[in-house]
Amino acid sequence: MDGFPILSLMMAVPMAGAIACLFAGANNARWIALIATLVDFVLGIVLWMNFDQGGLQWQFQEYAPIFGRFAWALGIDGIALMLIALTVFLMPICIGASWNAINKRVGEYMAAFLFMEVLMIGVFTAQDLYLFYIMFEAGLIPMYLIIGIWGGADRIYASYKFFLYTLFGSVLMLIAMMWMVHEAGSTEIPVLMAYNFDPHVQTWLFLAFFASFAVKMPMWPVHTWLPDAHVQAPTAGSVILAGVLLKMGGYGFIRFSLPMFPEASAQLAPLVWGLSMVAVVYTSLVALVQSDMKKLIAYSSVAHMAIVTIGLFAFNQAGIEGAMMVMLGHGLVAGALFLCVGVVYDRLHTREINRYGGLSINMPRYAVLFLFFTMASVGLPGTSNFVGEFLSLMGVYQASSWVALVCTTGIILGAAYMLYLYRRICYGDQVNADAAAMPDLSIREFWLMAPIAAVVLWMGVYPESFLAPMRSDIQALEARLAPAAPAGDSKIKMGAPKPKSEGHHEEASAHGEAH
Amino acid sequence: MIDSASLLAVVPELILTVGGLALMLVAAFGGDGSARIVNWLSVIVLAIAGVSLSCSLAHGPNAFDGLYRADAFSAFAKALIYGAAAAAILLAPRFFSVGGNPRPEYPVLILFAAIGMGMMVSAGDMLTLYVGLEMNSLASYVLASFMRQDVRSSEAGLKYFVLGSLASGILLYGISLLYGFTGSTAFDGISVALGDGVSKGELFGLVFVLAGLAFKISAVPFHMWTPDVYEGAPTPVTTFFASAPKVAAIGLTVRVAIEALGPAGLDWQQIVIFVALASILFGAVAAIGQTNIKRLMAYSSINNVGFALIGLAAGTPAGAAATMSYMAIYVIMTIGGFACILQLRDADGKPVEEIAKLAGLSQSRKGLAAALAIFMFSMAGIPPLFGFWAKFLVFDAAVASGLTALAAFGIAMSVIGAFYYLKIIKTMYFDEPVATYEAKGGPVENIILTACAVVIVLGYLLNPMLDQASAAAAASLF
Repeated sequence: MDGFPILSLMMAVPMAGAIACLFAGANNARWIALIATLVDFVLGIVLWMNFDQGGLQWQFQEYAPIFGRFAWALGIDGIALMLIALTVFLMPICIGASWNAINKRVGEYMAAFLFMEVLMIGVFTAQDLYLFYIMFEAGLIPMYLIIGIWGGADRIYASYKFFLYTLFGSVLMLIAMMWMVHEAGSTEIPVLMAYNFDPHVQTWLFLAFFASFAVKMPMWPVHTWLPDAHVQAPTAGSVILAGVLLKMGGYGFIRFSLPMFPEASAQLAPLVWGLSMVAVVYTSLVALVQSDMKKLIAYSSVAHMAIVTIGLFAFNQAGIEGAMMVMLGHGLVAGALFLCVGVVYDRLHTREINRYGGLSINMPRYAVLFLFFTMASVGLPGTSNFVGEFLSLMGVYQASSWVALVCTTGIILGAAYMLYLYRRICYGDQVNADAAAMPDLSIREFWLMAPIAAVVLWMGVYPESFLAPMRSDIQALEARLAPAAPAGDSKIKMGAPKPKSEGHHEEASAHGEAH
Repeated sequence: MIDSASLLAVVPELILTVGGLALMLVAAFGGDGSARIVNWLSVIVLAIAGVSLSCSLAHGPNAFDGLYRADAFSAFAKALIYGAAAAAILLAPRFFSVGGNPRPEYPVLILFAAIGMGMMVSAGDMLTLYVGLEMNSLASYVLASFMRQDVRSSEAGLKYFVLGSLASGILLYGISLLYGFTGSTAFDGISVALGDGVSKGELFGLVFVLAGLAFKISAVPFHMWTPDVYEGAPTPVTTFFASAPKVAAIGLTVRVAIEALGPAGLDWQQIVIFVALASILFGAVAAIGQTNIKRLMAYSSINNVGFALIGLAAGTPAGAAATMSYMAIYVIMTIGGFACILQLRDADGKPVEEIAKLAGLSQSRKGLAAALAIFMFSMAGIPPLFGFWAKFLVFDAAVASGLTALAAFGIAMSVIGAFYYLKIIKTMYFDEPVATYEAKGGPVENIILTACAVVIVLGYLLNPMLDQASAAAAASLF
């Protein structure tokens, strides 16, 4: 693979597809989009196969200084690899989910999705600070159009809110980036990751980046755009929003905030913990009282993302690995749950929970898959989310036992709202005749969800496949953070062994001989 | 005394003058029938003048004992001005042919305005500056009221004339104060005199000069003529006002601030910072309620001038370069945007200016809507479009010179501006169609539109070139 620009190719394929879709008819556009995303998926597998685990930190690097002040600089580490894998895995599923659901302006829709894929891969591969920003911000355009054109009844409000919220979060980050580039004299992310900024300035820089990533993540109290955007977006839009776009916030923390501003991260960790604790408890409670399925899952996303921030700001390997696993697991599970909502929405065109009921009778296959993803969302051992949540909470326990205590209640609350949701939809009596008449999953729908289920299971049973590529990068990050990491409050103190009486000891050894 | 080197340095102006006068004769004898040929000939004249910039550059930088500058800065600005003027000429015929025949005076007036604008950016002396400014303004007043039978157009011309004269008066008063207290009208003479500290009188002169110039660039608080004139003037004329004279006035302001008032940098920096932030904020907030797209573009231009001035506020060569780059990108976006607006004609060919009538344009005119959306996203400063890079450059210059708070405040307010650009996109893409539109645009319009859109989308590839040109332009000022 030496020198072959596979990352550029992975961005070129969907870009070409997007342009082709703009000029194609509805049916052709669907096929172009599916083929382009599948080709990208294959390229993603090739990328993973050729990734040298534990080798150089940055691999598949490309560098072309064609933009004057910044460069087309790409390269990935294990963390980026995993997120790229998530992206290319979810994209064909998104296209498939929109196959019949979208029937107006299909070409533009598919083009927007493919353009989105280009930008997502760009965000995770960019090695130049400004290139990253451009990719990060550009994602607003296709998502704005996806929500605004193909969204639900209140789509216009949701699209504005999404756009302006995230834009406002990001612009301050740009100013901070400019300052950093002038200070460090380089736009290259690896250089900046190793540069030691003055700790006093770090606080400001951290806050500027935090404004952007906290909105993107989203963290309480700037999460309010997410339920609106999710509810109004078409199914595939929700899948990609929950599956990948929210991960950009977490990726931002892991790539920028933590390694570039370690002192400020340590200093402001209590702030992040506080917001995350509120998010876990508060948004879980909010989720409990939702009557709209998508809104419920959206609030549960906020709670899960809070577990991610908790893990990241635990400043130890278990926490950061856990955060990455939650991001990957949540990307799959939340995506799958939105697909589950999409399946029944396509049939009955409502997201009201009490319009359904007893679906396990007439839709048994659906009920099984939905149950599986519900359990995964709860964090049942054997599914992806268990691994991530357990590691995150274990990591944060070493940093602060109180935070761990409060956040662990999120698991119980998560079980409460998810099982309550499941009971209302799939169990009980079939009170609504039209819901009772819905046909079970079609073959297309089944094959959209089955691969996700398989990967969720794989990730839960053998997480090492996913942890191994990231391990050395997370170790490097931990080493970078170590000097600044706050001391934990739950350091276990090894007690001195009790002096034992001579006679007792002899008695014990005599016992041993007797055996 | 006039030497041949000086004459060679002003060769672009000479070409335009001779061309303009000759075409005026053609127009006078040929009547309205000659409009088409005069149009094309004036574009050719502008192109020749553009090519001759290299000759002018070779015989610079000073001509006529410092009254006139032919340096990289003026060449950069003139290239933009001539390009924008040519686009304004090319976009006009379809518009004027709706209400009767296109008239050949239009391109000729634009040529004369172009001479004035060239003088503005090449001025090395307050008197050259004033002559250039008035030459441009006189042509502009006539252009604003070009549709004689239209009340709005006449009103625009009159308003522009009255307020423009007021601004010229303020400017002249400032020049006279500066002359009185420094003993010179030459930029370098003023600069030398200001070098030993700024006296009260000089400060007053400086403030009045900047106020007069702020009127010409339509910066807050001297912006009030802009929306009325932009709305009332015929759309091709608005295209012209929003592009070429803006470049000339901003270029002039940058040159005066740095070459003449350079030693008083700390004094004008405060003024420029205030004017920049006020323009950004007012341009953004006032645009939100607009229902007419031309008025909206007027507020948008006020907003954009504010951003461009942030580069000047930095007061560094990088800042001046950023301001000029900003104008280059702004001109492309503006011309592209107006080329779209000019194509908004209903089934009878009548121009549509109501924003509400844009509803559903993305379904009736796919390509046009896409192009307008590109320009709007670009003006809002959303990457990956080139408009983002314009804003990036000015904020980067501000951050580099230590004005981080200004940059943070300015960029935060750009989010307000994003809202009304989004409103247009929302209307075109999310709403259901209400109006029917002419099926397709003219070939010239489409070519200009496509060219602008391509530059806005792929502009980053031009970065090395733009960086080099704007840096050379800025270096010639310091």
